Amino acid sequence: MEVTLKVNGRLCSADVEPRKTLLDAIREDLALPGSHAGCEHGVCGACTVLLDGEPVRSCLMFAVQADGYEITTIEGLAPAPGELNVVQDAFCETHGLQCGYCTPGMILTGHALLQRTTEPTREEIVEAISGNICRCTGYGQIVEAIEFAGERLRKANAPRDLKGAGANQPQVDPSAETDAPQEGVLKAAEADTPHGDRP
Amino acid sequence: MKPAPFEYVRPDSVAQACEMLAADEDARIIAGGQTLVPMLAMRLARAAKLIDIYRLPELNGIRVEGDVLVIGATTRQVQVERSALAMQSTPLLSKALPWVGHPPTRNRGTVGGSVANADPSAEIPLVAVTLGAEIEITNPDGVTSMPADDFFIGPMLTSVMPGDCVTAVRFPIWRHARVGTAFHEVSARKSDFAFVAAAAQVALDEDGKCIAAALGIGGVGDRALRLDVAKLVGETAGTARLKDIVAEAAAVLEPSSDLHVSAAYRMRVAVAFGVRALEDAMTDACSAATQSNRGAKQWR
Ligand code: FES
Ligand code: FES
Repeated sequence: MEVTLKVNGRLCSADVEPRKTLLDAIREDLALPGSHAGCEHGVCGACTVLLDGEPVRSCLMFAVQADGYEITTIEGLAPAPGELNVVQDAFCETHGLQCGYCTPGMILTGHALLQRTTEPTREEIVEAISGNICRCTGYGQIVEAIEFAGERLRKANAPRDLKGAGANQPQVDPSAETDAPQEGVLKAAEADTPHGDRP
Repeated sequence: MKPAPFEYVRPDSVAQACEMLAADEDARIIAGGQTLVPMLAMRLARAAKLIDIYRLPELNGIRVEGDVLVIGATTRQVQVERSALAMQSTPLLSKALPWVGHPPTRNRGTVGGSVANADPSAEIPLVAVTLGAEIEITNPDGVTSMPADDFFIGPMLTSVMPGDCVTAVRFPIWRHARVGTAFHEVSARKSDFAFVAAAAQVALDEDGKCIAAALGIGGVGDRALRLDVAKLVGETAGTARLKDIVAEAAAVLEPSSDLHVSAAYRMRVAVAFGVRALEDAMTDACSAATQSNRGAKQWR
């Protein structure tokens, strides 16, 4: 049966048997092996993908049922090749993974939660990942990773207090004759861009 | 873990789905598939044809019809969990929903699917039995409905006949001024199958006297049961008679033993949870005047 899937923003067609799960189609027909096959009967969460932004188990639906949805797999999270999204990065920093088998599912689940709120409580995080089994980490660092990613997202968006100037007020250095930016600001901004001023 | 081959069809209407179902005895309905797909994968279930009703718009939705909250069969569990309308009308259902499966299975699992599957420890059937919901069934002859208590027969067994399709569940809304609810469950891990679950709903008058009470127990026997707690009527919160009333009513339960827990444990917990659920529901009703702490965990 011919089915057209929209995976990570790209439309792909595949000729699949109706009994082929979405998980197997993603791994075999679309050659995206980041979604892992664990139990293949809905218990472990290793196969988690996002369907219209919400985590579902891709082993619990057939590929022929998945047309028309926006499907996101772990391959679709990073902003650019070679980069990591904020949740992925947080998992690295807090040692939220060991063997990595559960990790794509954990990260997508954490990402979906943080899309709804960047300030989840510990309970909400635990509840969100309650359907994902990890045999290695003991979960502590995974919860920490999601908390950490949330904190970064919050901070990235928070208006900053600039030398006493309130929000929406121009930042003026009283000692400056003109309204040139503060010293070092431009340099810092440059160093902040992903590759600095390197090509 | 791969299902046997089958044919897949997606009808355009409920009527067409029912025709297809009636025409082929090896055909089965699929919607969210959160139970059927693993059953097929483990080859505990077989189907020659899967009729997918998941996207039929006529089956999805939550609405109030008079004193009834009607939930279309393919309404996803997460939709009910997040529904303000459900929270207002049937807070007991809203309180039970976070206990249904895990968040990812609630994202795809449906209300009708949970009911049609009739797992003895499932939360939605328990609430349906507790509140005396009606299950709407459509077949080529038309639409009928049946009280939840007659619908559920045993473990994974319902009164659904070949060619029947569950199309909605109708939960009664209590219109009393002060209604309180409570839901308690114990399982090996959160969201695993319940060993025992208790659902309670009570209504109090202005003096705090009970005017209506419902208590359901799930996970204990081969289906969820509503216990007769009519003797609670006239009592107030904190009544010393509560324990006796529940213990007496619990005599109808036929607890089973399994790998995890014994029948005696189930019985003991059923009574303890029944008492606790009714107590909490009465406390909840006392504060219902302010409507503040009604309902379950808020979704944000
Ligand atoms: S592989 Fe899908 S839940 Fe385990
Ligand atoms: S890191 Fe090994 S299963 Fe989670």
